[in-house]
Amino acid sequence: MRFSIYRYNPETDSKPHMQDYELDIEAGNMMLLDAILLLKAQDETLSVRRSCREGVCGSDAMNINGRNGLACVTPLSGLKQPIELRPLPGQPVVRDLVVDLSQFYKQYRSIKPYLINNEPEPEIERLQSPEDREKLDGLYECILCACCSTACPSFWWNPDKFVGPAGLLQAYRFIADTRDQATNERLDNLEDPYRLFRCHSIMTCVDVCPKGLNPTGAIGKIKEMLVKRTV
Amino acid sequence: MVERIVSGAHYGLRDWLMQRITGVAMALYSLFMVAFLLTHQPLQFEEWSGLFHNQWMRLASLLFLLSLYLHAWVGVRDILMDYVHHTVLRLTLEALVILALVGCTAWSVQILWSIR
Repeated sequence: MRFSIYRYNPETDSKPHMQDYELDIEAGNMMLLDAILLLKAQDETLSVRRSCREGVCGSDAMNINGRNGLACVTPLSGLKQPIELRPLPGQPVVRDLVVDLSQFYKQYRSIKPYLINNEPEPEIERLQSPEDREKLDGLYECILCACCSTACPSFWWNPDKFVGPAGLLQAYRFIADTRDQATNERLDNLEDPYRLFRCHSIMTCVDVCPKGLNPTGAIGKIKEMLVKRTV
Repeated sequence: MVERIVSGAHYGLRDWLMQRITGVAMALYSLFMVAFLLTHQPLQFEEWSGLFHNQWMRLASLLFLLSLYLHAWVGVRDILMDYVHHTVLRLTLEALVILALVGCTAWSVQILWSIR
């Protein structure tokens, strides 16, 4: 199998280049990450992040043949050769396929991704009805792999001001949570031409999400709530 | 020095909503126009100019054009916010767009009410 992989070491290289690799394997049931690890055994200078290797930790997000995805859950057999691997677009490259996601995490932090409830803590858990719990489906599953936000042109142009699809999906996850009491403050925090309204609903986030989530839908729900409290 | 990002302008919803509503208004007017043209074939000049002699048609056309300009304002401002990051340059361009659209509005009124 043939690979073409983005290589860049900011400490020694003046600019990035693509390096060709070859592996003598059959795709079979292998995932892309398995092949990358074999390549790494061949050339240990190749840098890549990975941890759980089963689509839960979200650390091996990369641009695979022009499309963001998790290497560990991308079957090798479905990829056109040479398989072109690049780091997530629009982010500063630390080395090869490893990017610096500080900006992404900063945006995530800005939406206060935790339950805000000022009532005294109950003796037991804060119980929810099954219906209320259902409202979090399609939201809580996000693993923050950054595939969506780094595929979003609005996030490319304004990563410092636009929260991005991942952050907004998480914001709605807490807005939708019936145990949270800061809905108004959360909506206030998002009502901004840059923070929320840079989203033009082009849905690349939905297209690339490896967990099959719908950030555009969540953003639509946030807008809907803003409209409801205004008119 | 760490550059702080200041955000939280507390507006944006009205513009977004306005773009949706003006979009619907333009769609309705366009549908009417298509229907009128399809039901008046072959179109005679008298019918066409007669349509615009109606006061309601002039108002509807003005509303359509106002919708168009407001819609365009939000859209063009979005493009400028996306791509033009220099504040003074963006402000200048936005001001020019506003002036052009206000000019278009006045011109539209003049054209619609000069039809005889």
